[in-house]
Amino acid sequence: MTALAHVPTGSGQSASPPAPRRGRHRLLPYLLLLPGAAWLLIFFAVPLVQLAAASLYDPSGSVTTGYAMTGAVGNYPAALQEYWPQLVRSFVYTGIALVLALLMGYPLAYGIAQKAGRWKNLLLVSVVAPMFTSFLVRTLAWKTILSDNGWLVGLLRDVHLLGPDGRLLATAGAVVLGLTYNFLPFLVLPLYASLERLDPRMLEAASDLYASPLRAFQKVTLPLSMPGLVAGTLLFFIPASGDYINAELLGTPRDNMIGNVIDSAFLVKLNYPQGAALSFLLMAAILAVVFVYLRKAGTEEVL
Amino acid sequence: MRSPLRPLTRRGLLTGTLGSAALLATAGTLAGCGTKGAQQTEAGCKSDDLSATEKKLAFSNWPQYMDVDEKDESKRPSLDAFIAKSGIQVTYTEDVNDNNEFFGKVQNQLAGCQATGRDIMVLTDWMAARMIRLGWIQKLDKSKMPNVEANLLPSLRNRSFDPDSQLAIPWQSGLAGLAYNGKVTKEIRTVDELLTKPELKGKVTALSEMRDTMGLLLQSNGHDPANFTAAQFDDALAKLKKAVDSKQIRKFTGNDYAPDLAKGDIAACIGWSGDVIQLGFEDEKIKFVVPESGVMLWSDNMLVPNKASHKANAEELMNYYYDPVVAAKLAAYVNYICPVKGAQAEMEKIDPDLASNPLIFPDEPMLSKSKVFMALDEKQEKEYETKFQQVIGA
Repeated sequence: MTALAHVPTGSGQSASPPAPRRGRHRLLPYLLLLPGAAWLLIFFAVPLVQLAAASLYDPSGSVTTGYAMTGAVGNYPAALQEYWPQLVRSFVYTGIALVLALLMGYPLAYGIAQKAGRWKNLLLVSVVAPMFTSFLVRTLAWKTILSDNGWLVGLLRDVHLLGPDGRLLATAGAVVLGLTYNFLPFLVLPLYASLERLDPRMLEAASDLYASPLRAFQKVTLPLSMPGLVAGTLLFFIPASGDYINAELLGTPRDNMIGNVIDSAFLVKLNYPQGAALSFLLMAAILAVVFVYLRKAGTEEVL
Repeated sequence: MRSPLRPLTRRGLLTGTLGSAALLATAGTLAGCGTKGAQQTEAGCKSDDLSATEKKLAFSNWPQYMDVDEKDESKRPSLDAFIAKSGIQVTYTEDVNDNNEFFGKVQNQLAGCQATGRDIMVLTDWMAARMIRLGWIQKLDKSKMPNVEANLLPSLRNRSFDPDSQLAIPWQSGLAGLAYNGKVTKEIRTVDELLTKPELKGKVTALSEMRDTMGLLLQSNGHDPANFTAAQFDDALAKLKKAVDSKQIRKFTGNDYAPDLAKGDIAACIGWSGDVIQLGFEDEKIKFVVPESGVMLWSDNMLVPNKASHKANAEELMNYYYDPVVAAKLAAYVNYICPVKGAQAEMEKIDPDLASNPLIFPDEPMLSKSKVFMALDEKQEKEYETKFQQVIGA
């Protein structure tokens, strides 16, 4: 309708559309924003404010008596003192998983984007396909694969890579493996998107200028894929460091991550101030890591 | 000229984050008037019973806790018979997977005296005790449940959290004890063997349900889980911690130990009688063990929450399941301890083997070895649960 108003009707003097229509035209972007903004407000901002408030409740409260708002900032150091090992462990496991995922994901994304030819779509689908099943089911599948009496452990024992009592399931390695596997697509897809735009002629030009393949990668491919690399790393790192399913299903009590602690604070111990404080500590730690990373990565544009 | 699409820059992200953090802190403090207590009273939260006009009932239960037809798993013979007999349309939902999780699910409604949409929910003793303490459960009319009055096992009457047996009616009971897979290990007889035998290292699981695991450990130390001191609890917990630190215990589980025990990934564990008996039907090497030091007895109870509007219908269903004929049918399927007197005689007709199984119909020696975990008040519960959670890694 509004578009039609701009079309000259050819009947003499229909120059500019009337003023009120123009006003609506200006409002339109904001109206389009409304559903998204309302969604963010109701399901993100409000709960976040509530969580922030809960993290400052008097820790001596309970479900029966309710919690009084005392601005108990002490919840933070107390929670950190008790659970710093799990917090550190979360970042160590996620960090190792990220390195593994990069080693696998970069060549994969590069291959699909530049070398796959007509197999491109098929390969892309096979990266995304596991996501069609639930996260939980995929992790449970790893439980079967890594099972003590499964073929994999049997094989590794036969070739003496594992001792006769060695196992894969319920180890720190299994948790890292689970994290790597479950979040790999989040890394590969943005990487693929930026590698796909890479013009192969740039690489030809580089080699014409006597750059070795390694140097061409360093000077051309890597810098050009940086936005995808940064976005992928963030999409991998942020959800993985808060994950608790992998530690729960594939680890032992000694491999628990901060997500498991938060889960237990809210559901089992009913210690809401502690759970809320830990949630914010996790958020703060992730943000700190992200800022340092962005500085080091040297990209000005984040997304 | 300004470009129409400004990319998100690092500076922008930093400003945005700090800005929102400041906003959040202010809003949090302003909004922070605390929360109200969740306690309800009978007078303060009245529920209307619409059973006379609405022949409906919403029943929330644990998975695999109701008999199903062998040929058609969507049919539930005992429940279908109730529906046909009473004309009450029962909506049966298997949405209780974990007591704590379920508490989280209904907490907000019940704390605010609102309907949960459920007329019966089945929860374990300690969770039932907590909800009763919070005043969230409706009193039942005993005169409408003559079968319950007549047939409820004496050992399950007048429990500390429900002295008049009018708030929580047992659905099934069970034992928490030891279990092992004979293909992987030799017989396990005591809790100490489970926690220290070197050949079991890394092949042992225990239950994340504090009362079951800690109850067994307290008993193995010669203490009474029905009446213990904080020091005794700490002793038992230190024993558990040693087993975790020495990597003897691989995991703390809910029901999910069962498939791992069947596969042999775990050799021995602390588990629940009904699960292990069911596994034993498929593989006779999987056995449940009642340790000499004693086992834990627990029940899952039918509760009618506040604002449930079909209480009389719920009472009719409870009464129905306390008919020994029906109870025997159910017990033959679920293999937990049947809380109904007279069901044993009925079971003789269905399956004499099950009728003589002391894990389903416990005899005197079995009952004398079984203990119920002490009732805890809110403060103790939080203190013990926090200590236990620390040892199990969270």
